Amino acid sequence: MRRGAWLVILVLLAGLPARAWAVTDPSEMLPNHAEELRAEAIGSQLRCLVCQNMTIEDSDAKLAKQLRHIVREQVVAGKSNKQVIAWMVARYGAFVRLRPPFEPLTWVLWFSPLLALGVGVGAAALSRRRPAAPISLSDDERARARALLEP
Amino acid sequence: MAEPEPGLARRRLLLAVPLGIAGLAGLGSMELLRRMRNGTYNPHAINDPRIGHPVPDFSLPAQPPATRGFSSADVMAAGRPILINFFASWCVPCLQEAPTLMALHDSKTIPLWGVAYQDAAPAASDFLARNGNPYTRLARDDTGTTAINFGLYGVPETYYIDRHGIIRWRWAGPLTEETGIGRLHSLMAAYP
Repeated sequence: MRRGAWLVILVLLAGLPARAWAVTDPSEMLPNHAEELRAEAIGSQLRCLVCQNMTIEDSDAKLAKQLRHIVREQVVAGKSNKQVIAWMVARYGAFVRLRPPFEPLTWVLWFSPLLALGVGVGAAALSRRRPAAPISLSDDERARARALLEP
Repeated sequence: MAEPEPGLARRRLLLAVPLGIAGLAGLGSMELLRRMRNGTYNPHAINDPRIGHPVPDFSLPAQPPATRGFSSADVMAAGRPILINFFASWCVPCLQEAPTLMALHDSKTIPLWGVAYQDAAPAASDFLARNGNPYTRLARDDTGTTAINFGLYGVPETYYIDRHGIIRWRWAGPLTEETGIGRLHSLMAAYP
């Protein structure tokens, strides 16, 4: 049972470091609360390029920390949200945005729910119009089926 | 055997369509894997906005054993294509690509300019003393700001710069014969 308890403690500890850094580190935050909130709003739309499914606000990768810092510098310098995001996109491409823009490259992505709905509605309409014809067997097939079924 | 009834033929078609789709998906995946190996496709790089643009403005201090660093003006003034390689002594894939870079240096195909990325200067020079120094010029990027302006997101990364200072190709990850070195000649032919 002791081993089990240790395991539980280890598992709990494993979750700790991820929380310890990130934006919760007060030294990274801007003194002006409104600016900090704006920086967090921008940063949470930006992908960490190292751990690609996290935002730069959540990640404790070194690069994410640097990018967070750059976002804050630009917010303090009075850049608009759009300008900060454009600065990132110029370096890392649209991929850096977690909320992808609506542009020809992402049309398929944005329309995929509609496409899926269309396919579903189409399939439903087709199956309604043409109920599956009962399968009729030829004499040969009937004989084969009987041979298979009979012991 | 008798011709199958229409009903049966339709069932076979219903089976063939998903099989066909699965087959095509398999072929597509194999093609992607092939391109990943020869360096024409990198799954992490959705697009490289810096390709086709001049190198960002920078001026970096020297990394020993070099006595002077280099700047974007030096890249522009090189008058020939070069490779800029970001590395660090703490980076395991950099160790992995070291022999390839040395072979490239010995072949005199193209000058290799190195940037030590967020590394302690003595650690980086130790790394070069141990694994060989393939670089004709050496600088250091302590803050990583220049690297961010290049769009770098890890080390090693290598950029092919043509003689006008335009970034033409980039590889994120260790360079091997397959990922890049094999492409150098076609790059040099297309973008001298």
